[in-house]
Amino acid sequence: MAAISIKDVSKVYNGGVTAVSAVSIDIADGEFIVLVGPSGCGKSTLLRMVAGLETISEGEVTIGARVVNEIDPADRDIAMVFQNYALYPHMTVYENLAYGLKNRRTPKTEIDARVAEAARMLELQPYLERKPRALSGGQRQRVAMGRAIVRKPSAFLFDEPLSNLDAKLRVSMRGEIKRLQRRVGTTSIYVTHDQLEAMTLADRLVVLSGGRIEQIGRPLDVYHRPATTFVASFIGSPAMNLADGEVHGGKLALGPALIDLGPTVPTQGAVTVGLRAEDLRLHPEGKGSLPFRVDYVEELGAQRLVHGLVGDQLLVAAVSSENPLPETVSLSITPSRLHFFDRASGRRIDWPGEDRPETLAAGLPVLEAAAS
Amino acid sequence: MKRVQFSSPYLPYLFLAPQMAIIFVFFYWPSVQAIQSSFYLEDPFGFGSTFVGLSNYSDALGSVQYQSIARFTVVFTALVTFLSLGIGMLLAVKADAVLKGSAAYKTLLIWVYAIAPPVAGLMGMMFFDQHIGPLVKFAALFGWDMKVGLNYNDTAIAMIIVSVWKQIPYNFIFILSGLQSIPASVREAAAIDCRSGTRRFWTMTLPLLAPTAFFLLVINMTYALFDTFGVIDVMVKDKAANNPITLVYKVYMDGFRGNDLGGSSAQSVILMIVVFVLTIFQFRFIERRVHYN
Repeated sequence: MAAISIKDVSKVYNGGVTAVSAVSIDIADGEFIVLVGPSGCGKSTLLRMVAGLETISEGEVTIGARVVNEIDPADRDIAMVFQNYALYPHMTVYENLAYGLKNRRTPKTEIDARVAEAARMLELQPYLERKPRALSGGQRQRVAMGRAIVRKPSAFLFDEPLSNLDAKLRVSMRGEIKRLQRRVGTTSIYVTHDQLEAMTLADRLVVLSGGRIEQIGRPLDVYHRPATTFVASFIGSPAMNLADGEVHGGKLALGPALIDLGPTVPTQGAVTVGLRAEDLRLHPEGKGSLPFRVDYVEELGAQRLVHGLVGDQLLVAAVSSENPLPETVSLSITPSRLHFFDRASGRRIDWPGEDRPETLAAGLPVLEAAAS
Repeated sequence: MKRVQFSSPYLPYLFLAPQMAIIFVFFYWPSVQAIQSSFYLEDPFGFGSTFVGLSNYSDALGSVQYQSIARFTVVFTALVTFLSLGIGMLLAVKADAVLKGSAAYKTLLIWVYAIAPPVAGLMGMMFFDQHIGPLVKFAALFGWDMKVGLNYNDTAIAMIIVSVWKQIPYNFIFILSGLQSIPASVREAAAIDCRSGTRRFWTMTLPLLAPTAFFLLVINMTYALFDTFGVIDVMVKDKAANNPITLVYKVYMDGFRGNDLGGSSAQSVILMIVVFVLTIFQFRFIERRVHYN
């Protein structure tokens, strides 16, 4: 087990394409870090640089006390779980698990003990003599995780390990990965494009876009205080509504409506306003402050997503599906729940008037993030 | 397996007919002819034939010359198969690891395959020419006076080198494509699990290449036994009789030069049986250990 430090790491491919630029992350021992972002944001490249499968163009990666830039993947003391499992097709499950240990000259009795332990943890005992092709997708993914666990490495690296599984299995495997990582306490870096997976697994999230870090923080911090409009639109489902507004005096002009912001204001002039769908409340016409033309409604069961327009701005409101939907409606929002972003740079503007929920879940162990 | 429905029960036979006709005309019919004529002593001028039973077979198998040619054929086939597979694999593994300019490199290696066997034999002869052959001069540097066409061993070595050289590109193409069908992530997983590249090759790459290698083993043996005819013909034609030849070449010599059609047929039937047994052996005992994806 070890801390990992990524310092000003860049990846420039031949031909000058920059996939990752000057990324720095300090990962504490035992922490579960999730790199999340749309495809092409450089998250996999960053992970592969930590693994040693890609060369590091600039910067330094440290695992434990060693700078590993020039160290062979096999000597970095890491284990990786791949998206398509990458099991050795000609070996049985047992041989797959034992392969890495055998090559490190681990004694046979030790190998047997570790494989047995991993098989017990992952409920793979009945399949040890089978070849990978005789296993289901979920079982293959378990073998891939077992291969990582038996090595007892300093760090686990996960490269979108659940994307090949169906939705139901993904949810249960997600829980399994989280529990397993808690149990063995190994530092983990997990790459995914699925923001829900990222939110549920991470001790800390790293949101990447275009090879740069947009924000690092605990999942709920990122959710409640997105640092940029990109993060705001990426984290959360449905995505945060982003609308053009103008602040004049103590009032925010949003389409045809004026919202009173109270004594403190974030800024003056043009801003991008962020409104979480669940912060919007629906009222019969005339009661709310924002006149709302409903376009269409998505029924999700417990929730209903109402899509519509305020002035010429598209908004989505998430409301309980228990109350009947009035024919014509208007919206309201508590001003302290509004997010403000600089119109030009997309950066968050913090203001004293905002009010966010407490981010720590009471009574549950949540790892404290290291200095970010 | 997908089941296809045909409107008429005769339609599939109709589709198969051209292939069956070709196999019948060019394979079964000559085979039957060969088996039949192997029991006869044919008049060289075609004035009739006499039934002689198995004496064509006993003559061939009992002859000292035939036995020595058979021994050479075994050595020749084993060496050509082993060397062309081994070198082809080495080149493919190395070419696969090349990152820059790999396309040009691969093309250069594949190129040789476009050369027809007699031309390869001719080029080989020039390489081993007594006066201008660069390989003969190279051998002379080590004090080896190579006399291809005169010295039995020298001719055998030249024959093997040219045959191997001709077959390497074929093996190279197949092994390279086999290598590239190994998923990148499996290789990467292996790179994390095993530091030594050599060990990775033996425990990971080679087992995953086994289907390709097995196919090539069958193809290369057949090549060495039969398709080296052109190379051998160019190298020993019109030369003193003390030259190494393989069984196929002897079939041709006896049948078309010696006009002993019966004896030559008996020899080709023997060859047919040998190949038949070899193929069964390969599928029975080697293919079992091959892992197919």
